[in-house]
Amino acid sequence: MRRRYLAAVPHVIWMAVFVVVPLILVVIYAFTSATGGFTLENFKNMGSYMNVFVRSLWLAFLATIICLLIGYPLSYVLSKEGPGMQRVFIMLIMLPMWINFLLRTYAWMSILENTGLINRLLSSLGIFNLINRIFGTNITYIPLINTQGAVVLGMVYNYLPFMVLPIYSVIVKIDPSLIEAAQDLGAGSFTVFRRVILPLSLPGVLSGITMVFVPAVSTFIISKLLGGGTSILLGDLIEMQFLGNAYNPHLGSAISLIMMIIIMICMYVMNKFGEGEEQAVIM
Amino acid sequence: MSKEIIRLKDCTVAFDDEVILDNINLYFNDKEFLTLLGPSGCGKTTTLRLIGGFLKPTSGDVLFNGVRVNDVPPHKRKVNTIFQKYALFPHLDVFENVAFGLRIAKLSESEIRTRVMEMLEIVSLKGFQHRKVTSLSGGQQQRVAIARALVNRPKVLLLDEPLGALDLRLRKDMQIELKRIQQAMDITFIYVTHDQEEALAMSDTIVVMDKGKIQQIGTPEQVYNEPKNAFVADFIGESNILDGIMIEDYVVEIFGRKFRCIDKGFAPREPVDVVIRPEDIEIVEPQKGRLSGTVTSVTFKGVHYDVIVDFKGFKWLIQTTKFHYVGEEIGINIGPEQIHIMKKSEYSGKFGDYSSYSEEYEKITSEDWEDETEDEEDEA
Repeated sequence: MRRRYLAAVPHVIWMAVFVVVPLILVVIYAFTSATGGFTLENFKNMGSYMNVFVRSLWLAFLATIICLLIGYPLSYVLSKEGPGMQRVFIMLIMLPMWINFLLRTYAWMSILENTGLINRLLSSLGIFNLINRIFGTNITYIPLINTQGAVVLGMVYNYLPFMVLPIYSVIVKIDPSLIEAAQDLGAGSFTVFRRVILPLSLPGVLSGITMVFVPAVSTFIISKLLGGGTSILLGDLIEMQFLGNAYNPHLGSAISLIMMIIIMICMYVMNKFGEGEEQAVIM
Repeated sequence: MSKEIIRLKDCTVAFDDEVILDNINLYFNDKEFLTLLGPSGCGKTTTLRLIGGFLKPTSGDVLFNGVRVNDVPPHKRKVNTIFQKYALFPHLDVFENVAFGLRIAKLSESEIRTRVMEMLEIVSLKGFQHRKVTSLSGGQQQRVAIARALVNRPKVLLLDEPLGALDLRLRKDMQIELKRIQQAMDITFIYVTHDQEEALAMSDTIVVMDKGKIQQIGTPEQVYNEPKNAFVADFIGESNILDGIMIEDYVVEIFGRKFRCIDKGFAPREPVDVVIRPEDIEIVEPQKGRLSGTVTSVTFKGVHYDVIVDFKGFKWLIQTTKFHYVGEEIGINIGPEQIHIMKKSEYSGKFGDYSSYSEEYEKITSEDWEDETEDEEDEA
């Protein structure tokens, strides 16, 4: 009997060394000062970072909602297509994930820049001239990059597959006879959706939301490259404490800890919300 | 006098070039228990889906009370269906599953409550209303499906192999139960099955189908006693089907011997198929019989023995309560009423020979027991 557990040993060691130990270190760092003594000092200043917390949560929330609004209809329509079409679309959705994350984000930079693709296109179409003539302004570009909008766009672009895939895989597994049964009992297509498809796809929605929201809250490279430092997020703040000029791993750990707790609360609430839906996935 | 409520007029269904239903003409009477009976892929489920509205005929019309409903979607049809695998909503409890149709009809909460509880009582599921449907046994899920359909008080209930997933004992109980419910609710049941025993036991009318065509329509007695062709004779019960020649009215020649029968209206010396049911053959001493043969196999079946007898190379199945040993010479007599004459058809010569007895039995058993997933795929 014992032998069976041997297979788990490498994983357990891996988790212990690279997950549990760092977690403990984060907790220790968060409650100690540079001299090594116990302190709550690191948490005292947390209030001054409130705006970063709020902004991070807000932008991640926006990105999650947008991913959901795009991802759900996409998954739903996709699940109704033929198997060949489904394969092609899944490929298309996965395709960007094969390209390096940084490269993708750099690509967006060159699209959104003041002299980037979009602005040059608008300029060559004479849109700016037109606007300037009408309003008497003198603009040569629309500020796209270094805005919160660009950050949200970057998040949506990067994390959309994590919304689509879980929802799609749940919807595609819904037994077609359930839909027929609902129709048989008098449900029109909207009622079928609201009373059968939506509740049965909820587990997919919940895991999609988790899989988008959690990385979006803690991202740092997207906001750095597309936000241009104008909208510092939690990830950036933490990065600065470890690698930047503001070097203070104790504060960084404290912020990480708070962020972790917030994420855990979010996930707990989500799981409460989705309780009892688990069986729907299994069926 | 019962009145007609549903009619299929010249209905053909074809997917690509494959014809699933071939020019079906069929009507359904009010308060009737009608069974569509046939093997996998015969088109019976497709017929049901036409009535339910899940499928449109490639050509032909579906009429409800004389009104064409080809383009009426399922949710606007006043029929309800019990699906093969129940299709209960896993996210709802028993009460909400049954209440589904009533909620869509926007009935008052108190009326929903009364009707659901009343229905749960009819299907003997009182006290189960808050159970999750996934925690119920097959038979209980079946009852929820019945309640969910009947609570809407449909004029017509469509049942697609509803007992297929239950074990034999439960199936027999549910047969009686379903028949009781049909009579109590006083509505039309259109029942799809591949189980001939089930069809015989429950139906007012049986429609035997094969290869997308109706082979015979009749009461259970009619399809059993007077099958129209070799397919029906073989599919419903056991039959010895022999080549015969109709000498004149009431006289048929089998194996060169003349037998009296009660059929007429055939051309002189017309080749025909002769059906003799295994339980209708009387075994006598070899010299006293019209024909004599050798017993080649005996199987004990409980109520009777299945005896295979070799008559000049053609093997018959005879059912008898008396034991006969292998190798025994026996004679047989057949009364005129026990001989049924059928016109030759495309099925002639394909059925009713027990030369490969054991294989045939295997085939029958597997068809009876295998879940009809194949059928579903064929017809979906």
